[in-house]
Amino acid sequence: MTTALALAGQVRRGEVSAAEVVDRHLAAIDEADGAVHAFLTVLHDGARRRAAEIDRRIAAGEDPGPLAGVPVAVKDNLCTAGVRTTCSSRILDGWCPPYDATVVERLQGAGAVVVGKTNLDEFAMGSSTENSAFGPTRNPYAADRVPGGSSGGSAAAVAAGLVPLALGSDTGGSIRQPAALCGVVGMKPTYGMVSRYGLVAFASSLDQVGPFGTTVADAAGLFEVIAGHDPLDSTSLERPAPRAVETLDEGVEGLRVGLPRELVEGVAPDVGARVQRAAEVLASAGATVTECSIPELAYGLPAYYLLAPAEASSNLSRYDGVRYGLRVEGDDVEAMMRATRAAGFGAEVKRRIMLGTYALSAGYYDAYYGQAQKVRTLIINAFDEAYRHADVLLGATTPTTAFPLGAKVDDPMAMYLSDVCTVPSNLAGHPAISVPFGADGDGLPIGVQVLAPALCEPLVFRVAAVLEEAAPAPVAPALAGATWSGR
Amino acid sequence: MTAAETTGWEPVIGLEVHCELRTETKLFCGCRNAFGDEPNTNICPVCLGLPGSLPVLNATAVEFAMRIGTALHCEIRPSLFHRKNYFYPDMPKDYQISQYDEPINTNGWLELPDGSRVGVERAHMEEDTGKTTHRGGGGRIHEAEHSLVDYNRAGVPLVEIVSRPDIRSATQARLYAAELRGVLIATGASDGRMEEGSMRVDANVSVRRAGEAFGTRCEIKNLNSLRSLVRAIEYEITRQVEVLESGGTVAQQTRHWDEDQGRTGALRSKEEAFDYRYFPEPDLVRVDPDARWQAEVAAAVGAMPADRRAALAALLGPDGTSQARTDQIATVVEHGLDGLMTTAVEAGIGATLALARTANEASAEPERARALDPAGYTALLRLEQEGTLSATQAKVVLGDLLERGGDPAALARLRGFEALEADSLAAVMDELIADHPDEWARFVGGDDKLTGFFTGLAMQATDKKANGKAVAAELRRRRG
Repeated sequence: MTTALALAGQVRRGEVSAAEVVDRHLAAIDEADGAVHAFLTVLHDGARRRAAEIDRRIAAGEDPGPLAGVPVAVKDNLCTAGVRTTCSSRILDGWCPPYDATVVERLQGAGAVVVGKTNLDEFAMGSSTENSAFGPTRNPYAADRVPGGSSGGSAAAVAAGLVPLALGSDTGGSIRQPAALCGVVGMKPTYGMVSRYGLVAFASSLDQVGPFGTTVADAAGLFEVIAGHDPLDSTSLERPAPRAVETLDEGVEGLRVGLPRELVEGVAPDVGARVQRAAEVLASAGATVTECSIPELAYGLPAYYLLAPAEASSNLSRYDGVRYGLRVEGDDVEAMMRATRAAGFGAEVKRRIMLGTYALSAGYYDAYYGQAQKVRTLIINAFDEAYRHADVLLGATTPTTAFPLGAKVDDPMAMYLSDVCTVPSNLAGHPAISVPFGADGDGLPIGVQVLAPALCEPLVFRVAAVLEEAAPAPVAPALAGATWSGR
Repeated sequence: MTAAETTGWEPVIGLEVHCELRTETKLFCGCRNAFGDEPNTNICPVCLGLPGSLPVLNATAVEFAMRIGTALHCEIRPSLFHRKNYFYPDMPKDYQISQYDEPINTNGWLELPDGSRVGVERAHMEEDTGKTTHRGGGGRIHEAEHSLVDYNRAGVPLVEIVSRPDIRSATQARLYAAELRGVLIATGASDGRMEEGSMRVDANVSVRRAGEAFGTRCEIKNLNSLRSLVRAIEYEITRQVEVLESGGTVAQQTRHWDEDQGRTGALRSKEEAFDYRYFPEPDLVRVDPDARWQAEVAAAVGAMPADRRAALAALLGPDGTSQARTDQIATVVEHGLDGLMTTAVEAGIGATLALARTANEASAEPERARALDPAGYTALLRLEQEGTLSATQAKVVLGDLLERGGDPAALARLRGFEALEADSLAAVMDELIADHPDEWARFVGGDDKLTGFFTGLAMQATDKKANGKAVAAELRRRRG
């Protein structure tokens, strides 16, 4: 079994047909996803049509692109033309976008084949994929544990070997946290590096689309395909996407690595031990590792839980039953809107809409939203200061390994704490990656996180590649398709 | 209640004017910006607010907003869009992208034809909503059986111009709105059509005892014409004075003008006002027009009505500032006929004559007058100035000219307007004097008022072909 980039090479050289590759992965999904529930929609026909088209182009001597024939799963908050896009919410019942998200267009432009849409916490709000109107996704390493969230479906699909690559979105850790819990690579790019056009908004100033892969190189390859300016997104950076794959093997010799105690202390002992081990690996590879402290990071979580719900309360207003999705009739238009939203949104989404509405209300704006924006600035400044002494930062991705299904559903604060190590990068708009680095005593995967300043994606991938090289060999997950490859 | 009964009370009025910009496309997407198209044909994921869509700012709209700011003497500043959150079915995202505390234009003014100046607090950009039609139940949302929404208008660029509370009467409010309309048209940023809703006016009205602090204001909506604006403000002033005179207090409200009943009615109170939960629009970046762009826009903004009025007044010399002339000049500029008049004056026509014909006859048919050949118009005025045509005749020929164009001399001949031979005029006069011996005696006795009487008779008798000046000369000659 092979990585995504190797697979694409085989397809481009005609050693295997895209149809064969896609069929094999569809079969794995059909076989194993009943237990995992990573997918909300599987595109058997659409994927086969695309694969046949790629094979025709190869036969005609054309190059279908760097991801030729590679099956990719797409988080179900990314719009796919003519394919239902649910955000795991009842409120979008029956809605099919008339357009593709820019990242989906780019996937197709690179020859990739979208094989399905993956499960998530409703509107990407959550850290366990339990807040899905269509039921939870299970962690492939332990069927009674969560895959993390909100991109739990994408992470689990890659971990179980159902697809070699997947797209997720990361607002407060929603790529990195499930990547860590599922033992795969997950990366959040610099804010503005990847187009948000067609990503159903949760918190617009924090959302970024990013890659999942089984290897750092695969994640870097997918990143290169989706990154770069998009005129349809005003917050998209007007610069070409950096090349991340070609510098992967440049090592960390001479690199300054900061180890902020806020991203190491307070996490589960097994997790902390792995971060320390990662620091040793980097040091022995020639990096200078220095412990440091960024006390402002402690304020990241409270600031995030004001800003993200505030933006969400506005972004989710449009689901009013008037134009698309669910409509529950009422006596007048206001009653209809009220009934629709009451029936269509789950408890966590309602909680955040209320939190955000409150934070923006007259008389409270300055104390909550305004104050949180100031904290955001403080965190950006604190990172800038830290990066005067370090090229990258190293820390835990998550405080714990995968927790049992149901363990935190009734305790929102405990659930929110899952994001404590990942949220600061979103507030600052910086890139960060989670790379698998061993397991705990129960065999549950542990991820470590590499953070870097804006636009430093190549550096993040490079450091992760060194860690990946030194990481213990992965064990096969309990729930896996026949395509599971490890690395 | 008459005006006398509101004596002692001073109205304080501020206007909020929304104008649609005449861009080719909408504010945040590439859909056509057009009035009157088949409903829901100019729509896309962005202006429908579909999940995942994002706005991209139209640079032409920014340019038009800057033109308006320039014309209103505003400071043009780096600006930011905010979201104004409230639920309404014709608003696709259930928030409106608008500008809040950092608008593009601030702190300007507009000079009215009467010389008064009204402050402009701000002129900011925002998107329009869709348009709802309520079916059944009298056309109001709450009684309607069902409602239809047309999203063609959703996302059309608007500039909202907020005046300072500097207006002191309904008449001045009308002047302001009319002058602002002229400015908007002159900038090319908007067509200012109130009847199509491309210019919409809300009025904030309060009253106070002269010299006291501002009273509590009410905002009046649904003012679809200048006539409604005046009627609604007059009604509201009277209503508020009545409330106060009878010992009551004015409640801060949004009120709806009912054109048919001629009254305002409460729409919602201050307590029921929406909390819009404004916050910076995270999907857009700051708008920061650089100095070069601003200079280009300023250079492209043509002469404003006030400048054009001043230019016409200068042509008239000292006479140009009298009330009668000021009114005529305002009419000419309002109808965009100043070019016609200026061409005539530059070709040697007296400014007073040119102004009179342009403000009175030409302005009565503004669209046709704007289509006139300036050379033909000048030629007609020359026939009048040189006495070839009487004033009465010139007006008749101008009517013909406006209706079908052509050569004024030829039109005059078709009408039979040759100057009357002196002999035939003498014969007519003989007859008139014989028919009216008493009046003639009084005229000879020095009663000059009878000049008009005999001139009128002469006109009647000659079927308006007589030249008024020639008749007057004949009368003087005979009186001796």
